[in-house]
Amino acid sequence: MDRAVVTSALIALASSVVFFGLLAVVAVNAPGWAQVRDHFFDAHWFWYSLPKIVDAFGLNVKLFCLAEVLILVLALVLAVMRSLPGPVFFPLRLLATVYADVFRAIPGLLIVTLLGFGIPGLGIAGIPVDPFPYAVIALTLVYSAYVSEVYRAGIESIHPSQEAAARSLGLSRLQALRYVILPQAVRRVIPPLLNDFIGLQKDTILVSYIGVVEAFRESSIIEGAKFNSTPYVALALIFLVITIPLARLTDWLVARDRRRFLANAR
Amino acid sequence: MTGYVSPAGEGAFMAGIGLASGPASATAPALEVAGLWKSFGELRVLRGVDLTVAEHEVVCLIGSSGSGKSTLLRCVNLLEPIDGGRISIEGQEITAAGVDVNLIRRRIGIVFQSFNLFPHMTVLGNVTLAPRKVLGLSEAEATSAAVALLERFGLADKSSEYPDRLSGGQQQRAAIVRALAMKPDLLLLDEITSALDPELVAEVLNVIRELARGGMTMVIATHEMGFARDIANRVCFLDGGSILEQGSPAEIFSNPREPRTQQFLQRIIEAGRL
Repeated sequence: MDRAVVTSALIALASSVVFFGLLAVVAVNAPGWAQVRDHFFDAHWFWYSLPKIVDAFGLNVKLFCLAEVLILVLALVLAVMRSLPGPVFFPLRLLATVYADVFRAIPGLLIVTLLGFGIPGLGIAGIPVDPFPYAVIALTLVYSAYVSEVYRAGIESIHPSQEAAARSLGLSRLQALRYVILPQAVRRVIPPLLNDFIGLQKDTILVSYIGVVEAFRESSIIEGAKFNSTPYVALALIFLVITIPLARLTDWLVARDRRRFLANAR
Repeated sequence: MTGYVSPAGEGAFMAGIGLASGPASATAPALEVAGLWKSFGELRVLRGVDLTVAEHEVVCLIGSSGSGKSTLLRCVNLLEPIDGGRISIEGQEITAAGVDVNLIRRRIGIVFQSFNLFPHMTVLGNVTLAPRKVLGLSEAEATSAAVALLERFGLADKSSEYPDRLSGGQQQRAAIVRALAMKPDLLLLDEITSALDPELVAEVLNVIRELARGGMTMVIATHEMGFARDIANRVCFLDGGSILEQGSPAEIFSNPREPRTQQFLQRIIEAGRL
């Protein structure tokens, strides 16, 4: 192996050991370390809570998957609405714009609370009282606003000559969008879409607030019963295990697109 | 099978020329542009263009950049809304209110300077998209027609390649085939060799020569004067947004009347392009 590569790898290792070693020394020597260790890093309560939390995490996954499918569809509709040209479509553009503004402005936890407590509170006959559907709807509303902006950026990044070429062959506006513009636009925005889905994965714990017993709620139930916060650390580890591969995949896709772009620009 | 190849051949060709300068024939002209005005904001790009193109006629538009050649072609294909005047195809006014532009565009093919192939589709996908989605052909019908066209223009071995794997000349030929797959009555070519490396120009121009021999009605905006002299039945010199002078290639290139035309051609000759 190249000497320079070996040398720089050794330097990186040494500096990491020193840096993180120092952080550990500072934490362990802090005056409250003994209490924190017992309260957050207790092996007994860790192994006690982990299977229960993993079990409850299934609900987060279900929530995430359902919301993701709905978001991909709703956001696409919003993005297409916002990209329609001409004065006739002004009301649709206005609607999509106001939607994106409103749902990006209000914190997700507030949307979850208002929907989860407000809608069932209306007492309309036949309306579900189970909080889960409201959790799905709330997350879909919030994230569709972000994802529609990502789609829109993708649509606007496709050069107008592509639409001109499609229309010149006799394709209608919708056909040009469906067969020529959207396939290219969606491909371009896959990395930022994945970024938003990492955010969505984490925000599934917001719905614990309206009484959905998912992983965070389960953790706090155990914490309340056993007076120990180790379940939260266990949940954090679960999120790390789930999210890091997705983050790496996103980085890899971004790097690949960049290489392609540079190759084409030559 | 290939509907745009006229069996009438040379005869129809001569009739086309006759119509351009002589008495009106019974059939309506392939294209008639009357008093066409077009502005982009304050900039008046077309100032009352009149142009009549007969069936099987090849008309070349020449003139400096900014004289309105490309805008004229884009207006004819209804890619740009016009500000004044009329455009008719075979006697039907296509700029009238209530005309279905999608139906009109099927009959008018256009090939762009920068190819504008769809990068996410193979060559075959590019060529078959509109026949399948617009004309409603089945996958098999569209594919067999496309393969025949690709073979005819030497692209059979490229049909499953993506555009970025092709040379500029191959991409432009694929774009021509894509337009031809719709069997247009009229083909508009917008400086189709301007973005090509010099050694790739000939292969594209040869395709156009073959189409002209087949009787395709074409309006060609071009900077290739030798090609225009060769292929055109009629050459139109555009200057400042209108057709200043038109005539046979011999008249325009050897004996131009207008001082502006003479000046333009003088510069072309000085640049060694004619």
